[in-house]
Amino acid sequence: MTTMLAPRLRSVRSVAIVIGFFSLALLLPLQPSVRVDLVRYAILALSVYLPLRAGQLSLASPGFYAMGGFVAAIISTRYVRLDDETGFWKLRALGRTFTFSRELYDFRLILLEFVVAAVFAAVIGVIVGYLALRLSGIYLALATIAFVECFRLITLDLPIFGGATGIFDIPQPLNSQLSYLWLALPVLGVGTWFVFRQERSRVGRALVAINEDELASSATGIHPTYYKVLAFTQGAVLAALAGVISAHTLNTWNARQGTFEAATLMLACVVIGGSRTFLGPLVGGFLLTAIPELLRWVADRPFLPRSVSEPIKNGRPFVYGLLMVLVCIYFSQGLATPKLVDRLFPRRQRSRPEVGS
Amino acid sequence: MRRGRRQTPLLSPAVRSGPFVASFLHLATTGPVSLTALLQNLLNGLAIGSIYALFALGYTLVFSILRIINFAHGAVFTVGAYLTYALMGKPFGGGDYVFSNSRLPFALNFWVAMLVSAVLTGLLNVGLERLAFRPLRKRGSDTLLTLVSSLGVSIMLSNLIQNVVGADPLPAPEPIKNLKPAVTIGGATIQSVRIIVFVVAVIVMIGLWYLLNRTRTGKALKAISEDATTANLLGISTDRLIMVTFGLCGFVAAIAGTMVSVNFGISGPYMGANFGLIGLAVIILGGLGDIPGAVLAGFVIGIAQAIVGAYKIPLLSTVFPTAAKDAIPFLLLFLVLMFRPQGLLGRTAVQKV
Repeated sequence: MTTMLAPRLRSVRSVAIVIGFFSLALLLPLQPSVRVDLVRYAILALSVYLPLRAGQLSLASPGFYAMGGFVAAIISTRYVRLDDETGFWKLRALGRTFTFSRELYDFRLILLEFVVAAVFAAVIGVIVGYLALRLSGIYLALATIAFVECFRLITLDLPIFGGATGIFDIPQPLNSQLSYLWLALPVLGVGTWFVFRQERSRVGRALVAINEDELASSATGIHPTYYKVLAFTQGAVLAALAGVISAHTLNTWNARQGTFEAATLMLACVVIGGSRTFLGPLVGGFLLTAIPELLRWVADRPFLPRSVSEPIKNGRPFVYGLLMVLVCIYFSQGLATPKLVDRLFPRRQRSRPEVGS
Repeated sequence: MRRGRRQTPLLSPAVRSGPFVASFLHLATTGPVSLTALLQNLLNGLAIGSIYALFALGYTLVFSILRIINFAHGAVFTVGAYLTYALMGKPFGGGDYVFSNSRLPFALNFWVAMLVSAVLTGLLNVGLERLAFRPLRKRGSDTLLTLVSSLGVSIMLSNLIQNVVGADPLPAPEPIKNLKPAVTIGGATIQSVRIIVFVVAVIVMIGLWYLLNRTRTGKALKAISEDATTANLLGISTDRLIMVTFGLCGFVAAIAGTMVSVNFGISGPYMGANFGLIGLAVIILGGLGDIPGAVLAGFVIGIAQAIVGAYKIPLLSTVFPTAAKDAIPFLLLFLVLMFRPQGLLGRTAVQKV
């Protein structure tokens, strides 16, 4: 009797269902680093989803992801040093030295990296967004691809980014791969909650209106450029945060991290998960990251003969590509459809009847 | 104008400006710039540019008809290169794959192999259209879905190649037996395969131009790209012509792939990925769906890369000390999108409400 439940109780239940569902995904038989990847790709897919919700197909996320990673890598290897005598982490910045915890890299430093990466991504996001968002559709997508490629080539070339070999020995704040979930899950949780709340606010409705009809929305007093740049920048910040987490997880960072292939993968996550609901990118990110690893797990089962397990193992990308095609053909709204999400999180009915609708 | 300094009218403005370009480069770079070296770079740029143009033609043809970017084009291009290689009866690399260390029982002449490969790749592309694009079109799906679907196809094809023949790089096939490795034109040395590449590309472009402008099929394709619904009402079968377009794209892609393999060898199942990105820059520079524009843009990017790769351009070389050559297509792409989104030759589109 779902309708009998009080609205608040019902939304608590829905949140529990969603969290439970994604927790189940984390219990799948996967490598620890892949479990962190699930969350990371969900964050990145969310960052592609944000501008897409306003109808702007931007593939700039890998660029900001790489940028976030480089911010973390540069801060943690150039400005922070492990003092050999005392064993404390020391940050040298602004002409002063700040002392942090012993042994493992300090979480407060990660927070600092988050802030710096977010500020960088926001500033560059506003600039690139303002320039690029005059374009729309495929033109915008291609302009953002050009941005990502140029940024990648700059990082490949300039010595501060470590050139082709990249930056090594990024300190680790946690001592096991799986425990990086403590870093990634809060970012995903806060990001998702933020997107969910925003969708039901004035900003979210403006974004949807721009997606439906930009001209009509501007006639109703919505400033399309403002909202488009806003959504683009939010996506940029989210991608940069994912980059910070990845840099510490991977221990090394180089120009191969933010590429065109990564962009296409993120886009695939969003489209397959569902590009019209905030749950879509999460579903897509989890699913598309998990599938190749699940296939690997299946192929590793000892009872399978080699003639079966080898094709499964080698053909993982093939299955993956096939799935992309099939989902596009048979689930054109993605897996998390608006209908599903509206059932889970019904919009509150207004007590006043709306005039003229 | 002083009469005494008049150049022969046979030379195009581009050639006439050669000395001025050289003197600009001389000012811009540290070392002296010889005209021969410049000519050599221009010729290399032309050869590479012709491949870019050929590659981009497939992209832009599909775009002009369907208004989508077919990301599977790079993979189809790779299939073409591999097929030509296989049909010439050459052996594949080692490893634990289906066709490792094996070769076809027969060996075709290079040119026959290329044509057979082009036809087969065209058929493959028609098949892909049937499986991955038509169902979406019939449902009137969002173009975004078609984009992702084409990405899926591209991943499938690349993985298929890898599992069938392995990921080893393969040597370049020889188009003509006992070819002289290089020829000298006006003091500049150029590899003779590059001349072959250029000539083949130009022949294909002329053929395509003839097909699109002088035949009924070409006219029908133009009608569809103008307005598919009206064309359909006037008795043009859209489905059939889209099939023709995909077949044609596969055909051209296979020739482009073969030409790349002649020039650089086959670098592996993902050789199309890099060209895919540069191809995007080319079609945007040329104006999306604009066929002459894409050809021009291919040459522009090829020459720009050759020049930037050979000389130090101020500003550009400080931001990209070594990668300027790779960055130039994307910088051009970005600039064109900012200042001339309709492309080099395009007219301004009027936005209708």
